[in-house]
Amino acid sequence: MPIQEINGTRIWQKRSNQERIVSAILWLITLSIIAWCWSIISAQTEWSFVKDAPKQGADLINRMFPPKWSYLDGKLLKAVWDTMTIATLGTVLGLLLATPVAFFAARNTTPHPVFRYIALFIIVATRSIHSLVWALLLVFALGPGVFAGVIAIGVRSIGFIAKLLYEAIEEINPKQSEAITATGASAAQVLTYGVIPQIMPTFAGLSVFRWDINIRESTVIGLVGAGGIGQALIDSINAFKWSQASIIFIIIFILVLISEWVSAKARNAII
Amino acid sequence: MAKENTPKRTWSKPPLIKNPTIRWIVVIAILAYAIMAFLTIQSSIDPARISKGWPRTVRLLTNFVQPDFFTRIKDIRIGVLESITMTVVSTFVGVILAIPFSLGAARNIAPRPVYLFSRTIIILSRTFPEIVVALLFVVMVGFGPLAGAITLMLATIGFIAKLMAEDIEDIDESQVEAIKATGASWPQMVVYSILPQVLPRFIGLTAYRLDINFRQSAILGIVGAGGIGAVLKTSMSRYDFDTTGAILAIIIAIVLVLEIISGYIRQQVQ
Repeated sequence: MPIQEINGTRIWQKRSNQERIVSAILWLITLSIIAWCWSIISAQTEWSFVKDAPKQGADLINRMFPPKWSYLDGKLLKAVWDTMTIATLGTVLGLLLATPVAFFAARNTTPHPVFRYIALFIIVATRSIHSLVWALLLVFALGPGVFAGVIAIGVRSIGFIAKLLYEAIEEINPKQSEAITATGASAAQVLTYGVIPQIMPTFAGLSVFRWDINIRESTVIGLVGAGGIGQALIDSINAFKWSQASIIFIIIFILVLISEWVSAKARNAII
Repeated sequence: MAKENTPKRTWSKPPLIKNPTIRWIVVIAILAYAIMAFLTIQSSIDPARISKGWPRTVRLLTNFVQPDFFTRIKDIRIGVLESITMTVVSTFVGVILAIPFSLGAARNIAPRPVYLFSRTIIILSRTFPEIVVALLFVVMVGFGPLAGAITLMLATIGFIAKLMAEDIEDIDESQVEAIKATGASWPQMVVYSILPQVLPRFIGLTAYRLDINFRQSAILGIVGAGGIGAVLKTSMSRYDFDTTGAILAIIIAIVLVLEIISGYIRQQVQ
């Protein structure tokens, strides 16, 4: 601990002088990077629009309130149902696709290292690309609608589920699968009775967790035409019907809160 | 389970749900939901459209395996630069602004009204998907990276503040008491007793959020909020799938690098 003597009294300070200089230099470097980044953003910004922003914001709120409650009809509720279906079926599809990928990616269950690298590549690729991009691609291939949304959410979920699942598989207790092998069980039987029971809790927790994330994501993939409430949102905004958009905002808020609550409850019950 | 070697008794796996009534109710409920969900998506499966889209899909995939990095290199460079600058600025500003909210949302150190206020802000900032918030800011401040940067900054505040508040609630109170006993003021108490306990997690979360912000910045361009997403969407609507493939490859590469860096930082501080 650095202690300095000033006028005969010993004073404790958090940092020595040398440490102070180093931290000042680090801060200077950080701040100049931030300043440089900001200058790029600033150059791309139309500042006259920004000056107008408070007025625009107030105008937006004025248009949003009161929400047009008559918009909340059967058609909109169908969109909410579509959103939940996209999230749920997308999660199921993600689980189905991710499970084999996870077994290929785990060091202790992979049939061959080549499979392992392919599986790891699938995990990285599906995880890095956002579901909106997947939705854009799939709407192009399959046509707009819920179906493209389900596939987009499913594909996007692979990386997340497979990554956490293969880490769980690598951490299993090998004694149990050895014991099953010793009874003369086939590879498939070892998997069913030795490995799967050990990763079941992780699997269940992951599926609820991913479902929660997928509800959030399926509310927005409609923005690019993949069905659900996002589609209603972008239609309302493009038509400047902000009093309808505010209803959709309220619905998204409630949907996300419910899914978060359900997943918190379910995870508490499992763990 | 069979305890003796009697050939007649066989063992079978115990069912997941022990109570047979509940088990059947669950099975029927799942079946009913599956049928309803299938009817929902069935209406949007259009075989004619899918077969029409098939040649396009093939073209898309063949273009993906031979990405073209050079034709639109200028647009791609600007897009990537915008995404990175948005990420850096929004993470830095968001993390700084998150500090007061983290303190305010910790039940053990904040007075009740401050606590409720901070929690409301956190819930609002966390609940709405970034892209929806970006839509609003594009309307307010115009197209460009500023709208995206503001969006990501707000999301960062909610994310960091929520997780940091949880960490602050778990700190060792005896250290706080010890510092208070020396006659420290409130800011001194925060700097010398709380900060040292939560700093590692704070740095780790910042690195993690940097990673998330880049991923998000790559798509906000779809609604006009700046970054590589705009170039991505343009390339798709122009059917330049070789360029799309190149952009996706760049996004994956940057995400990988960021993930390695943030993983390294998190390992170092823990």
